[in-house]
Amino acid sequence: MFRFIRAGRKGPWLRVIGGVGASAVALTLAGCGGGGGASVGSYGFAQVEQDDKAPITVWVDSDRVGAADAFKKANADVKINVVTYDGSANGSNSFRTKVQLFDRAGSGWPDVVFSTQNNDAAWASQKTNGKEPFAAVLNGGLVPKATLDAFTEGSLAPCTVEGKVYCLRNDLAQAVLWYDKSLLDKFGYAVPTTWEEYQALGEKVAKEHPGYIVGTVGDPWTPEVYFWGSKCQANGITGPKTVTVNVETTECKRAATMLDTLIKNGTTPNISVFTPEFLKKYSGKVLMMPGPAWYAGAIFNNPQSLNVPKGQLGVGAPPAWQGDTAVTGNVGGGTWFVSSHSKNLKAAEKFVEFVTTADDYQVNVAPGFPAYAPAAEKWIKKQESSGYYATDLQALVKAGSQIWTGWGSGVFSQEAIWAKTMTPAIAGGKSIADLLPEWGTAIKNQAQVNGYTVK
Amino acid sequence: MTLTDKAARAAVTSHGRPSGGRSGDDKSAMSYGFVALYTVLVVAFGVLPALYAVYLAFTDGDGGFAGITNFTKVMSDFRFLPAVAHVALYLVIWLVALVVLVAFLAIVVHAVRVRWLSKTLRLVFYLPGALAGASSVLLWLFVLDPTASPVSGLLHLFGFTSFVQVIVPANLPPIFAIIAFWTGAGGWIVIMYGALNNISADVIEAARIDGATTVQIAWRVQLPLLRKWISYMGIMSLAAGTQLFVEPQLLSQASNAVVPNDYSLNQLAYQYAFQQNDFNGAAAISLLLLVIALALSAVFVTRGGLFERG
Repeated sequence: MFRFIRAGRKGPWLRVIGGVGASAVALTLAGCGGGGGASVGSYGFAQVEQDDKAPITVWVDSDRVGAADAFKKANADVKINVVTYDGSANGSNSFRTKVQLFDRAGSGWPDVVFSTQNNDAAWASQKTNGKEPFAAVLNGGLVPKATLDAFTEGSLAPCTVEGKVYCLRNDLAQAVLWYDKSLLDKFGYAVPTTWEEYQALGEKVAKEHPGYIVGTVGDPWTPEVYFWGSKCQANGITGPKTVTVNVETTECKRAATMLDTLIKNGTTPNISVFTPEFLKKYSGKVLMMPGPAWYAGAIFNNPQSLNVPKGQLGVGAPPAWQGDTAVTGNVGGGTWFVSSHSKNLKAAEKFVEFVTTADDYQVNVAPGFPAYAPAAEKWIKKQESSGYYATDLQALVKAGSQIWTGWGSGVFSQEAIWAKTMTPAIAGGKSIADLLPEWGTAIKNQAQVNGYTVK
Repeated sequence: MTLTDKAARAAVTSHGRPSGGRSGDDKSAMSYGFVALYTVLVVAFGVLPALYAVYLAFTDGDGGFAGITNFTKVMSDFRFLPAVAHVALYLVIWLVALVVLVAFLAIVVHAVRVRWLSKTLRLVFYLPGALAGASSVLLWLFVLDPTASPVSGLLHLFGFTSFVQVIVPANLPPIFAIIAFWTGAGGWIVIMYGALNNISADVIEAARIDGATTVQIAWRVQLPLLRKWISYMGIMSLAAGTQLFVEPQLLSQASNAVVPNDYSLNQLAYQYAFQQNDFNGAAAISLLLLVIALALSAVFVTRGGLFERG
């Protein structure tokens, strides 16, 4: 836990266990009640009376304090109160909990909120017990269209519900293939471009260099790295309250069988990368690791984690399945919300636009891969010139637009389901391929108690 | 736990204390004063919230009467029955261990004639309980991780090499029982010790003159006289045990949800209230818990003779 939080500080993009058990049966009640005293404004949602001078309250996690500071420096005329909270990380779900309490109280909402999770638009876009949705619609004129269009393709998908955009993405967390170039060269291996090659390499490593690993399955985001990237239909969110779950397809089975083989031969251990156990056993022995963009800062280039020396870490494109186009998964990436209850929408909009697009923050300060494409380009150049990486970072850029769209952002957490049903079973020696039906049932159950219609 | 400990300690110390020199009227005025304070607090933080929960449990999100739909909803939740089973298994392990071991250890400590040893033992037993609940659970996060644990040898002996292997679902009830025993039993041992002190020395002496051994005295004299205290401990611990929350909640966060966040009934209620925004469902679960705890307490009260005089 402690490791986890600390790592989160380094590579802050831990959305982690997206709202462990986040759920919303109550949301089914939405639509029954009427709105508050607000009138429908020009931005496509009910807004309260505006006051351009009103100070705005901004909730950030400790890593995003830098964003607020950069904004203050550039916009001294806008009054903001910065409140630090946990960013809803590590499954605390505090963003939602607090907003629900403000909804009950009928006041107290912050104007801008940063969340480390991807699940928030799913509830923040919905009426709850007759209360207006918390999130302001951003593509109804509040944020300029040109700005929205410049975000990396698909990056606003977790923010979009029924065509309306409810948040701006801070950073992307696309999965890529991280590898230790020095080790690969030393062993005489090539970087795999397909999952079949990846598995074959894993089997070779087990025989020729036992003790070295090519991945892990111990973290709750395992399904997002391997199953999302294999087009497995575990999380087919098709509407605000509908989901399609079918985990017994070829796409799911191929990923499961591959992992079973690699778990059995010891090259993908069932150990979380954020445990002392992992560091003890595998420091210097990570040959490859499919994982999100933030792994670079959180585990590889982190003195408290694997601490891979300068000039060794390479990044490869996400592998494809033979005969299929290459797609990839996504593990988190922060989001910025504007409150629909804000008295100063103008200032709130100015703030979220600044922190997601301005070079002052996204290029110069932010540790993660910016979701805003023009900033991402500059950020990559800056990273490449640092000399830390053994390869260029173009694979990372490309992967940003390769995220498979068949995996949605529902209100419940896929990570929590995996952690609860699969991780202990794998520890007990069961095969993932055999566990697929059980996993499917667990997802369906969780979706249903959250008010989803499951297909 | 801390609250019940304090209450129990107060009960022990007040038991059989000689009355002071004040007149009866003074005393009763004083006692009304004390009771009034307590009553205000219990109404504000006990009775009113309970009534609010009853109100919530029978209404829906908009405040309309809902009948028993909240109850049927939570009971048909796929997480409900597993949570009941988890708590029940935990309670059985924990309560049996608590009653047997606390009574045994208290009698052993009481029988120790060496003053410093007896004192040290009481302190050692009590110390873990002096740690605040959550922080003592945090300590266990390290104890249970084979790579960080001070007793890693023991964990390896059981065949555990990783944290996840230790916390597989089958191991959880005994783990929570051990944690709860470790944090809570010390206070009860001290209370039982106090209760043993209250047994008249004449009784013990008479038994000894009649030729009873230490074991016989413990079994035939001390234990029967401790019956009320044991049943009191049973009720208090039952109430705390059915509300199992801190241990699984912290382990859940620390294990990145490998220990589910809906393991116990109280956690499920928490999920309903703060993750699903369904305070009504949460209230329904808490009412069910209340009913179960009351029913089980009734067993302890009647079997333990808690309210019998003399």
